[in-house]
Amino acid sequence: MTAVFGAVAALIGTRSDRRWVDAARRSTYALFALLLICVLVIEYAFLTSDFSLSVVANHSSRETPLFYKFTAMWSSQEGSLLLWAFLLSLVASVSLFFSREKLRDVVPWATAIMLGIGAFFTLLMLFGGGVNPFDTLSPVPENGVGLNPLLQHPSMIIHPPMLYMGYVSLTVPFAFAIGALITRRVDAAWIKSTRGFALIAWTFLTIGVILGARWSYTELGWGGYWAWDPVENASIMPWLITTAYIHSIMVQEKRGMLKVWNVSLIVASFTLALLGTFLVRSGVLQSIHAFGDSTVGPYFLGLITVVLVGSTALIISRLPLLSSRKKIDSMASREAVFLINNLLLVSMCVLVFWGTFFPLISELFTGTKSVLAAPWFDQYTTPLAVALVLFTGIGPLLAWRRISWQGIKRVFPIPTAAAGITLVLLLLFTDASNSFWALAVFVLTSFTVVALAQETWRGAAARRTSAGGSIPGSILAVATRNRRRYGGYIVHLGFVVLLVGVAASSSFESKRDVTLSPGESVTVEDYVLTYEKPTVKRDGQAVVFGAQVSVNRNGQEFATLEPTRRYYQRTSGTRTIAGYFQGEATSEVGLRAGLRKDFWVSIEPDTNEIRQRSEVADDRFGAYMRTRVLPIIRQDPSQAGPIAQQLVAVQGLATDQIIADYLKPETATAATFRVIVSPMISWIWIGAIITIFGALFAAWPSRGSRRRKAP
Amino acid sequence: MEFVYLILMAAAVTAFVGYPFWGKGRVTVAEDPEIAALEAAREAKYREISDAETDLATGKLSQEDYELVNAELRTDAVGLLKDLDEARDRSAASENQTS
Repeated sequence: MTAVFGAVAALIGTRSDRRWVDAARRSTYALFALLLICVLVIEYAFLTSDFSLSVVANHSSRETPLFYKFTAMWSSQEGSLLLWAFLLSLVASVSLFFSREKLRDVVPWATAIMLGIGAFFTLLMLFGGGVNPFDTLSPVPENGVGLNPLLQHPSMIIHPPMLYMGYVSLTVPFAFAIGALITRRVDAAWIKSTRGFALIAWTFLTIGVILGARWSYTELGWGGYWAWDPVENASIMPWLITTAYIHSIMVQEKRGMLKVWNVSLIVASFTLALLGTFLVRSGVLQSIHAFGDSTVGPYFLGLITVVLVGSTALIISRLPLLSSRKKIDSMASREAVFLINNLLLVSMCVLVFWGTFFPLISELFTGTKSVLAAPWFDQYTTPLAVALVLFTGIGPLLAWRRISWQGIKRVFPIPTAAAGITLVLLLLFTDASNSFWALAVFVLTSFTVVALAQETWRGAAARRTSAGGSIPGSILAVATRNRRRYGGYIVHLGFVVLLVGVAASSSFESKRDVTLSPGESVTVEDYVLTYEKPTVKRDGQAVVFGAQVSVNRNGQEFATLEPTRRYYQRTSGTRTIAGYFQGEATSEVGLRAGLRKDFWVSIEPDTNEIRQRSEVADDRFGAYMRTRVLPIIRQDPSQAGPIAQQLVAVQGLATDQIIADYLKPETATAATFRVIVSPMISWIWIGAIITIFGALFAAWPSRGSRRRKAP
Repeated sequence: MEFVYLILMAAAVTAFVGYPFWGKGRVTVAEDPEIAALEAAREAKYREISDAETDLATGKLSQEDYELVNAELRTDAVGLLKDLDEARDRSAASENQTS
């Protein structure tokens, strides 16, 4: 009601009475407070294992570690919708607080749009069918189903909220852009007010995407960090478009160009953010981490259609207003590079979109779902990514408007020489020539890094000449004086470092799948892995089979690792010993990370014999229940509770006994290992950290802007 | 008891949201959109001037190129400042008329 009232009040406020606009803004604050209370109540229910709430019973259990009880809320459909609505009310409140005395015409419309979307999510929870986080169960179950084991990973604690925060933050520039279009205020004022939110959205999306990749690398057990899975793609598409948007709004601010392009990009970003939520929550495409079912899919599709059709119609109706008479002065200018950069990013997004939805498209036209696998994506996105690296380096070297031939001769030689030297060194001393694209990334990265260093150095040197001081002090001074420029340089540096990690690890990794018995070894590059002994234990709701492996490198002891495979007991129906092999299974990889190479190993134990023995034990257990236990309970029902407790304890002992056989030399069977030696993967994470630092540096208000805001 | 909490919460929200209609506090006055647009353009222009200085310092612009670009940018900035003054005068006049 608060969201609906606020949206209506804001619409009334567009007709001049400012009291309605104030009431709408206050509705946003109230919505935030109310949703905060909802979140706190749900979290309290999770932490206290209150299984009267369906969301708690279905996504947590008494055995779920406290840490994961706290995060279980957003593993559920209803919890993640609540999180979306809550984060939306938060960013809407912050944006309206800071723009309360600005953009008189645009703000009421932006408020109506943000609260309209808020109303969509809150009404969806109430009337969407089975997605109300406050739905109760009767009778209240003794224990809950538990949290999906795949989600019990540190990355998963913050990965979803980060992505959601990114998606949700895009609502602000989208709402202000639509408000600007409706009110015909298409100058740079709305961009100025929402640039920070676009940057924050981009930063959160970056963190979310990287944490997802890290989770995939260490938890899924397949050995990679990116599989072009639909849900991964759903997170990268808004990231790509938001990256383009952040660059192109600079061209509008400085040159008054690309207005149509910018509003189209922010509409696309927001639509893709909704699509991302839809893909994760609808189950429309098969994904390793589509955790939802399809109850809310049609509603999301409806919202996406309204957003897309409405925004497109609005943009078309405002085309005369958005058109610019200004043209790009020269292709040797920063704005020209930004435009090329934009085209590359949008092309990548279109490719990813096509590949992601190809199963649906193919089914529509042929009746058969065809999936495009990772090599298809790699084939087309790799050249575009390499071109992006090139323009990431060229952009900072060019001036706005135009650069003269003399200017080119001054700024290009050193980075070009660095690229040339890198090329020669790589060809002479490495096998980088085996992969053309990787070689191109390495060479262009050296160009970019040197270009960025040269820019920073020259800026600092000029400052030093005029103001004195040390070189580090001058670098700090110029960087803090122009946070957008130098924050952008840091982001570019992080991005190319990240791509170096991607290029090296994907082009030069060595992988072997091998079955070993205890005592046997396998050699991968200069590493020798020896399967020392099997390991097994019962850990809460899981049995954990693993191996202790030793790794030698060039004859020297390098690492002792313990990859494991966790089998979680099936939580529906009767809990049996064989049920451990009928539920979810997760991998904990053995990893020794290094700046040069990562040594990675996962295990797939042979549990066939253990499974068979479990089934036999379950049969005996069942027979004992029927013939001995049930008659006692029928005679004296009050014995049911104590007997059940004893049976659980006995089943546990039996499980321990059966799995312990896995360790006996006479019964221990071989295990299959996947061993990967991958160069420079760590640089992906290092590059991401640099990128995020750069984005935060750029987003932080400069001293100048803080002074300007002071009364 | 739950019902009482609900009523109290609804009353609190109604009082907070409806404050502009019955409260004594002033209604938020937002800046004139034309002034906002001109201020955004002025800020962007200042940034362009600063960028041109950096481009000169880092060797991307020669002294001649810089002087050309700088003169153009400063002319634009002066124009914007004039427009801004006029818009402020118009806004003040309109506010005086309203009051």
